Amino acid sequence: MEEEIIISGRLNEKVDPLLHIWGWEIAFYLFAGGLAAGLLFFASLSYLRGKENDYTATVKWAPLFAPILLVLGLGALFLDLHHKLYFWRLYTTIKLQSPMSWGAWTLMVITPLSIIWCATFIRDIYPNWDWKFKFLYQIENFFIKYRKVLAWVMVFYSAILGIYTGILLSAFNARPLWNTSILGPLFLASGLSAGAAVIVALTKNEIERKFFSRIDLIIIGVELFFIIHMFMGFLASTQVQIEAAQLFLGGSYTLPFWIFVVFIGMLVPALLEYLELKGQKIPVIIPVALILFGNVMLRFIIVYAGQASRYLY
Amino acid sequence: MKTNRREFIKISGTAVGAAAIGASTLTGSLFNWASGSILNQSVPAPTFLERTPTYCEICFWKCAGWVTKNEDGEIWKIEGHKDDPHCNGRLCPRGTGGVGMYYDEDRLKQPLIRVEENGKQVFKEASWEEAFKVIGNKMKAIKEKYGPECMALFTHGSGGKFLGHMLKAYGSPHITAPSFAQCRGPREVAFYSTFGEGVLSPERTDIRDTRCLVLIGSHIGENMHNGQVQEMSEAIDKGATIITVDPRFSTAASKSKFWLPIKPSTDMALLLAWINVIITEEWYDKPYVEKYTFGFDQLTTHIQTYTPEWAYGITSIEPKTIRETAREMANAAPAVIIHPGRHVTWYGDDTQRLRAVAILNALLGSWGRRGGFYFPDKVSVPDFPHPPYPEPKKTWRDLMPGKYNLATEIVSNGICDATIPSPEAACNFKGWIVNGTNLIHTLPDQKKTLAAIEALELLVVIDTMPMEITGYADVILPECTYLERYDAIRNSPHREPVISLRMPATEPKYNSKPDWWIAKELGKELGLDAYFQYKDIEEVLDWELKQIGSSLAEMQKIGVKKFNREYDDLYLIDGQDFEFNTNTGKIELYSTEMANNGFDPMPVYTPHEQPPAGFYRLNYGRAPAHTFSRTSNNPNLVDIMPENELWVNPKVAKQWGIKNGQYVWLKNQDEIISSFSIKVRITERIRWDSVYMAHGFGHSNKKLTRAFGKGASDTELISNVKIDPIMGGTGMRSNFVTLLTKLPEKAASETEKTVES
Amino acid sequence: MRYAMAIDTKKCVGCSDCVVACQLENKVPIGYCRDWIVETTSGTYPDLTLEFRSERCHHCANAPCVRCCPTGASHIEEGGVVLVTAEKCIGCGACIASCPYDARYPHPDGYVDKCTFCIHKVRKGEQPACVEVCPTHCLYFGDLDDPNSDVSRKIKERKYKRLKTEAGTDPQLYFLI
Ligand SMILES: Nc1nc2c(c(=O)[nH]1)N[C@H]1C(S)=C(S)[C@@H](COP(=O)(O)OP(=O)(O)OC[C@H]3O[C@@H](n4cnc5c(=O)[nH]c(N)nc54)[C@H](O)[C@@H]3O)O[C@H]1N2
Ligand SMILES: Nc1nc2c(c(=O)[nH]1)N[C@H]1C(S)=C(S)[C@@H](COP(=O)(O)OP(=O)(O)OC[C@H]3O[C@@H](n4cnc5c(=O)[nH]c(N)nc54)[C@H](O)[C@@H]3O)O[C@H]1N2
Ligand code: SF4
Ligand code: SF4
Ligand code: SF4
Ligand code: SF4
Ligand code: SF4
Ligand SMILES: [Mo]
Repeated sequence: MEEEIIISGRLNEKVDPLLHIWGWEIAFYLFAGGLAAGLLFFASLSYLRGKENDYTATVKWAPLFAPILLVLGLGALFLDLHHKLYFWRLYTTIKLQSPMSWGAWTLMVITPLSIIWCATFIRDIYPNWDWKFKFLYQIENFFIKYRKVLAWVMVFYSAILGIYTGILLSAFNARPLWNTSILGPLFLASGLSAGAAVIVALTKNEIERKFFSRIDLIIIGVELFFIIHMFMGFLASTQVQIEAAQLFLGGSYTLPFWIFVVFIGMLVPALLEYLELKGQKIPVIIPVALILFGNVMLRFIIVYAGQASRYLY
Repeated sequence: MKTNRREFIKISGTAVGAAAIGASTLTGSLFNWASGSILNQSVPAPTFLERTPTYCEICFWKCAGWVTKNEDGEIWKIEGHKDDPHCNGRLCPRGTGGVGMYYDEDRLKQPLIRVEENGKQVFKEASWEEAFKVIGNKMKAIKEKYGPECMALFTHGSGGKFLGHMLKAYGSPHITAPSFAQCRGPREVAFYSTFGEGVLSPERTDIRDTRCLVLIGSHIGENMHNGQVQEMSEAIDKGATIITVDPRFSTAASKSKFWLPIKPSTDMALLLAWINVIITEEWYDKPYVEKYTFGFDQLTTHIQTYTPEWAYGITSIEPKTIRETAREMANAAPAVIIHPGRHVTWYGDDTQRLRAVAILNALLGSWGRRGGFYFPDKVSVPDFPHPPYPEPKKTWRDLMPGKYNLATEIVSNGICDATIPSPEAACNFKGWIVNGTNLIHTLPDQKKTLAAIEALELLVVIDTMPMEITGYADVILPECTYLERYDAIRNSPHREPVISLRMPATEPKYNSKPDWWIAKELGKELGLDAYFQYKDIEEVLDWELKQIGSSLAEMQKIGVKKFNREYDDLYLIDGQDFEFNTNTGKIELYSTEMANNGFDPMPVYTPHEQPPAGFYRLNYGRAPAHTFSRTSNNPNLVDIMPENELWVNPKVAKQWGIKNGQYVWLKNQDEIISSFSIKVRITERIRWDSVYMAHGFGHSNKKLTRAFGKGASDTELISNVKIDPIMGGTGMRSNFVTLLTKLPEKAASETEKTVES
Repeated sequence: MRYAMAIDTKKCVGCSDCVVACQLENKVPIGYCRDWIVETTSGTYPDLTLEFRSERCHHCANAPCVRCCPTGASHIEEGGVVLVTAEKCIGCGACIASCPYDARYPHPDGYVDKCTFCIHKVRKGEQPACVEVCPTHCLYFGDLDDPNSDVSRKIKERKYKRLKTEAGTDPQLYFLI
């Protein structure tokens, strides 16, 4: 028999017997960030493709959620900090090697950008909107003039934000489940899929809806590819990663992952969207809700299961 | 267990409530160590802080150390004293964690007196004067009615000296400690009868220079007696061979070149076989044996039949291994130690087993040799002058005529027996003072202990903690911890004579007082003022220290002082004539003393009981981070080890279908069920015929907030006691337990009662 | 200068003194610790081997905890000692998640804490508290760049292993076997 025990010390809550330094806050933060990234990405990209007036839901409506999501996400991150009064320390330095650092900076950039973006469209949406002060009108005009620049910056930063939500975890060598380069693209894809889904729910434009439904289907396909690839990668890797993958292949996270994330969060909504595209009458809110649900579950499960995966002695 | 006159009382009521408020602010401050400015918290600023000398009281190795206080004047840490040979500047985990004794908020805080209120017995807070009055009156009455000899003092630890003085002045010689009949008594008696000298404490084993160390059920490394642990490590570094005989894969076994996984209770057979091999192969130290020993021829005849092949069937140790290890010892001789162990009260023939150990050492010539056993020396510190003690009219030997004739100290369990009224006894003990020993957990056969307590007219308990024994007291006196007091000079026998001072690092917390003060005040209450002609302990210590060329002021500064050896060398010089303190003046392989008292002059093998089917031998021992029950509520050490676990062999676990970490109850051969459940640790380190647990857990007093109900008590399951007829030791290893995965209902309700009452 | 520690598993008895001494020296609150003891038993009775390891932060030469720290609170000091500056730490937990050895813990006051190699003592010319207290003298601390330091000599004389090297951390605790 092999017996390995810690006979004293280290049995700190949060670290032992299982690491659980990160809870729902980080999972939510990643979800909100990913969704906001998806929304802003499609908004700026569609704008650059000259769809400003065709895809109004994409360019004007959906981004309204982004600042709210980002602020909520930041709020969750703040809640997660154990040393809250020192929060400002995040912004006294830039640490390029720390995803946490450039994530914080990305948010610092993209949150005001998203607010400005929304502001430049607010009078398109609410024609009666009154900025009250003259200089605000001047600022608005300034940004409307440079919307294109704004859009370019936002495409770039929203992509970074999307990838960041995955990289934050995959940078951790110590947690075999997170330690895969697929996590970045997977989270980016899943953020985009959520973004597309929200647009599908919001739009009244048939073309726009069909377009984003198709996009969503493609992204879900890509996500499934990533997931399969991820497990193949794990299983072909070291013992620790094989053990990590086992959490989903018979281990304690098997049912939640395959049922909530893959089946309910991807396969079912993909099927529904597909049928809908084929002309079946399906209330659009159902696949959208399922996709968002799957998105949340993916973040939660990866955050928690990652902490349960560890190096063996 | 039924008790009438003396019900177990939970210390409770208003007083404790009030104290608890104080206690919670205290925990507050303890847990807020890290509060305040967090600047420099992870890397504290270097500052010079005050430190005072002490010696450790967490076990009886008594390492000298320094207590350092932090910026706020609170005790911060205790570190070993570099000049002290007991510790060489390093305390063991218990000594390091000793600060927890001081900070423990469950400490006794105020004298308590048992009173009857509305037909119910409760403890009432009292002033020291009131408490002394009650004790004084009772002791005077006992003296009057039965004679002062009917008072006994059980004491373990430093304060015993002062209380002992008080008791002797009062007229009773009956001072006893569990360190004899529950601990090292058999070994001392065996070595006295062989070499005319004991092994003493600290043991005179020259481990650091040995080339072969043989440990027989002595688990140094778990038994954290500091100097020995350090020297064993040094010996490992120097490449010494370690041979460990232990049915359990002890830590020491894992460091050994040879581990002999002996069948429990059969060590005598192995020892005799070793003697047989060493004599028949002529591996013994011939000049040494010839010059110094008596009875070699008788021994040679005696051991003829004890061959390795004979021992194999008994011990399950292969003859080849027995020869090989004997060879290993002989090769190393005389730098070899067959370690006599310390807690050696196992099977009732312990003195004889230790005689075999002594004989083996004698044959290999290790007594008085480098790397074997050295001759220790100590200074003689005169006692502060006092009138002679009154002559006692009777002693414990009169109370148990013809029993334990070779005991060199008073037998604690003998006092216990002599307290229980019986038609034969001419006189019984009527009053006990119990200081620093938790008899409920310390003496085996709890039923008997409780019966004795029940018969007492007075039970005074002096302790620092609300341990189980306090619940039976008439008067509880709270002693302050060793960090808050002066004590007697530690004067230990060692390679060089060395003394050490304990002084208070801080004022006593609560209304607790040191033993020296308690003894003095109680003495005055008893009208023994003539014996206490000094203002305070400082006067006594200073006087004593000045007699040996030091002073209190000096010792306060240096803490430890070494002296030159006065007599002989550390070891025998080659060919030196030496008169041993035995009847024959020789090392007695054949013990004339044993023979004269009607015992086997040379050890013989007797088989011991084996576990019946479905039962396992209850094996117990030390855990490195705890000392018996005294540390079981210490916040720092509880953090390291909160409870004891039951070691179970995987085969046994499989048979029972029990899982790692599962809690089980134990039932012994006498149907006694453990009060609490114990967590199973499935491990290969234990044999399939035994289970193992650390001694000192399973406390039933709820006032011990951290220790209550944590783990199980081995003591309550030790009801089959094998008394050593030679010296009265209590053999405790013939108890067998079976596992209960569920607590039977009847037992459950009883447990509830003992816990609640 | 490259500080490192060697731990002689042949002498360690797993007594946890190093843990207690560290807690007191560094005022680590009860319930937390900077070092810990692992016990490994292999084999079947009576063919057994047992190893005790006193573990703590490995002061990795390639420290993921420092890399992932967003504020620079986790940093490397002279001698390769990995430290956390409490006033810079926001308690985000990234470093805790990044350490393959689980050597860090969130201090109840919010910041993250870990073994400092007792740099406050070392700077005064003393040894770390755990090294100073160990009753079996099985911990060796010193400068690997100095060939005469205790660690350098032990590592030269003895076989050793390092833990989880596959995590790429280049750990600086050497377990003598
Ligand atoms: N079942 C079983 N019984 C055993 C043993 C065993 O292994 N198993 N071992 C035996 C051995 S070897 C020995 S030596 C004995 C030890 O037996 P004891 O010395 O009785 O052991 P402890 O349980 O430590 O009890 C010490 C008591 O002293 C108190 N105390 C601690 N510090 C102070 C102090 O400074 N002042 C005062 N006044 N009190 C203090 C503690 O609170 C506690 O109540 O037990 C023996 N009995
Ligand atoms: N940490 C710590 N250290 C202590 C103490 C403490 O409380 N805590 N107490 C101190 C005191 S007072 C004493 S007396 C000593 C006692 O310490 P020791 O004398 O070293 O040890 P014991 O408790 O007698 O023995 C326990 C060992 O005996 C083995 N054993 C059990 N049955 C048999 C058998 O039949 N044959 C053989 N050969 N071995 C057997 C057990 O498996 C176990 O390994 O420890 C001292 N050191
Ligand atoms: S061995 Fe440990 S507990 Fe015993 S006196 Fe020394 S430091 Fe104290
Ligand atoms: S103090 Fe030394 S012997 Fe004890 S556990 Fe720590 S490293 Fe091992
Ligand atoms: S052991 Fe962990 S905390 Fe220490 S340096 Fe390495 S990664 Fe950082
Ligand atoms: S918890 Fe503190 S030290 Fe750790 S990564 Fe965050 S800021 Fe850095
Ligand atoms: S080096 Fe200092 S901080 Fe690190 S484990 Fe040892 S005592 Fe603790
Ligand atoms: Mo003992």
